[in-house]
Amino acid sequence: MTMPDVDTASVFLTLKLASVTVLLLLLVGTPIAWWLAHTRSRLKGVIGAAVALPIVLPPTVLGFYLLVLLGPHGGIGKLTQAAGLGVLPFTFAGLVVGSVLYSMPFVVQPLQNAFEAIGPRPLEVAASLRAGSWDRFLSVAVPLARPGFVTAAVLGFAHTVGEFGLVLMMGGNIPGKTRVLSVDIYNHVEALEYVQAHWLAGGMLLFSFLVLLILYSFNAKPRAF
Amino acid sequence: MPNRVPSELAGARFVARLSVSHADFTLQLALDLPARGVTALFGPSGSGKTTALRAIAGLHRPQQALVSIGNEVWQDDAKGILVPVHKRALGYVFQEASLFPHLDVRANMAYGMQRVEQSQRRVSWEQAVELLGVGPLLQRRADQLSGGERQRVAIARALLTSPSLLLMDEPLAALDAASKEAILPYLERVHDELAIPVLYVSHSIDEVARLADQIVLLDKGVVTASGPLRDVLTRLDLQAAFSDDMGTVLDAEVIELDDAYGLSRVAFAGGSLLVGGVGRPIGSRVRARVLARDVSLAVAPPGVSSILNVLEASVAEIRDDGVDKVNVRLRLGAAEREGEILIARITRRSRDLLALQQGQRVFVQVKSVALIT
Repeated sequence: MTMPDVDTASVFLTLKLASVTVLLLLLVGTPIAWWLAHTRSRLKGVIGAAVALPIVLPPTVLGFYLLVLLGPHGGIGKLTQAAGLGVLPFTFAGLVVGSVLYSMPFVVQPLQNAFEAIGPRPLEVAASLRAGSWDRFLSVAVPLARPGFVTAAVLGFAHTVGEFGLVLMMGGNIPGKTRVLSVDIYNHVEALEYVQAHWLAGGMLLFSFLVLLILYSFNAKPRAF
Repeated sequence: MPNRVPSELAGARFVARLSVSHADFTLQLALDLPARGVTALFGPSGSGKTTALRAIAGLHRPQQALVSIGNEVWQDDAKGILVPVHKRALGYVFQEASLFPHLDVRANMAYGMQRVEQSQRRVSWEQAVELLGVGPLLQRRADQLSGGERQRVAIARALLTSPSLLLMDEPLAALDAASKEAILPYLERVHDELAIPVLYVSHSIDEVARLADQIVLLDKGVVTASGPLRDVLTRLDLQAAFSDDMGTVLDAEVIELDDAYGLSRVAFAGGSLLVGGVGRPIGSRVRARVLARDVSLAVAPPGVSSILNVLEASVAEIRDDGVDKVNVRLRLGAAEREGEILIARITRRSRDLLALQQGQRVFVQVKSVALIT
């Protein structure tokens, strides 16, 4: 079977979306995970539940509310317009915002677990050895939580690659702009172009398997603690 | 103990006045001690020793605290001073060694030292490596070390920050007896060769007798006694704290070696004792421990017996323990001379049989002596 005329734009767009999303999620999710792992605040339950919400929520529900909120008449939409950013739905930036929220638990929870697993002792030891709080975080917490960071990045990336309902709701069907892989497959199937759908779906299956294979073999390494 | 005390520390004091309250536990600590040598914080488990140490370090935030060492103030709530843990010149050795698992031994040891300004470093790398004998371990990972080795690395790591105060939280409690025995000489060398004051938490009177110069007794969150080790160990009103292991330590000097019988004679104020072994040369200073239960009394010179050590003493104090025994404080030596103190633990029946009274002259038989340093 030779490769048919498959539009690879959706593949690259998907990879770009997933990369940007993971990068942002590591930046945003790490402090949230750290806070959740260490706080004794009563807000912990509320924030933890809010972060976990996308796991149980149908993506269409999240997509629907985002569409309304970010749209021209929504609260955030008005803000982005006032700031000269326009409205986010039907743009790549809009997909990024949606993906960050949608994949948040897949990044925050592994990180939170990893931070909690470290326990207070290594950080106390570091403090007694003259390391300030940033120093402790970078020189002790991050290296010890490394498996958590790998898991978080891989799961966040893979989950973003696989999203469909949210993208569709957020206006993701503009070729080269918001049409990602999963939507593209859907389009091909709708048009009865099964060969193209096979190539893309098969590629995605292989990709997902490889990602998980790498993840499992990485975390199966003898751990230092 | 020949301690080299730098002039700026001579006369310096360690002060800790603080309170910590949990749901069902209150710790009230009031310490004011010379900042030198090893001070043991001794008490049963649950007496608040670890809480006290953590509060002094700042790992646990105490209320109404004043913590200072020499002229460094770490916390003074009256003046609104609170120095964060990482800015205090302290070393902390935890009960379990807590080496960083992602670093090898060398990097573990360097971690704290790198964070101390060069001009502030008073303990050199070579000195720490040599004192704790960790040279052969430097390339290894933390999980390739035995418990005793890990603890030695942890102590070296803490020393390399050149602390003004070294806090040790039962550093030997997690080790088996053999590892404990192996690590004690290293601790003694640290004590003898570095002028770093140590606050040493322990519930083992054996460790305390070997290492400590001063002792603070803690019970149910309250300091019940504190002072020089020998003064506290010989106070009969405190003997309940030491239970079966009560006894005294004598600072003595080796004066005679009997190679034929493998015995050494050690002398102290008020007498001398024969002890097993000839490992130490004449003139060396040793610390001997005599348990109260190994001391028996006679009113007349005992006849020939397998017990080699018979001393003369006078009864200084007799105290009933409220059950079946009495503790007797004895002043060794000829009458009216200032000799060392021994404690004898005998039955009430024996006391009545001997008709023991304060001031009485007695003969003391010592069944067993241990040289502990």
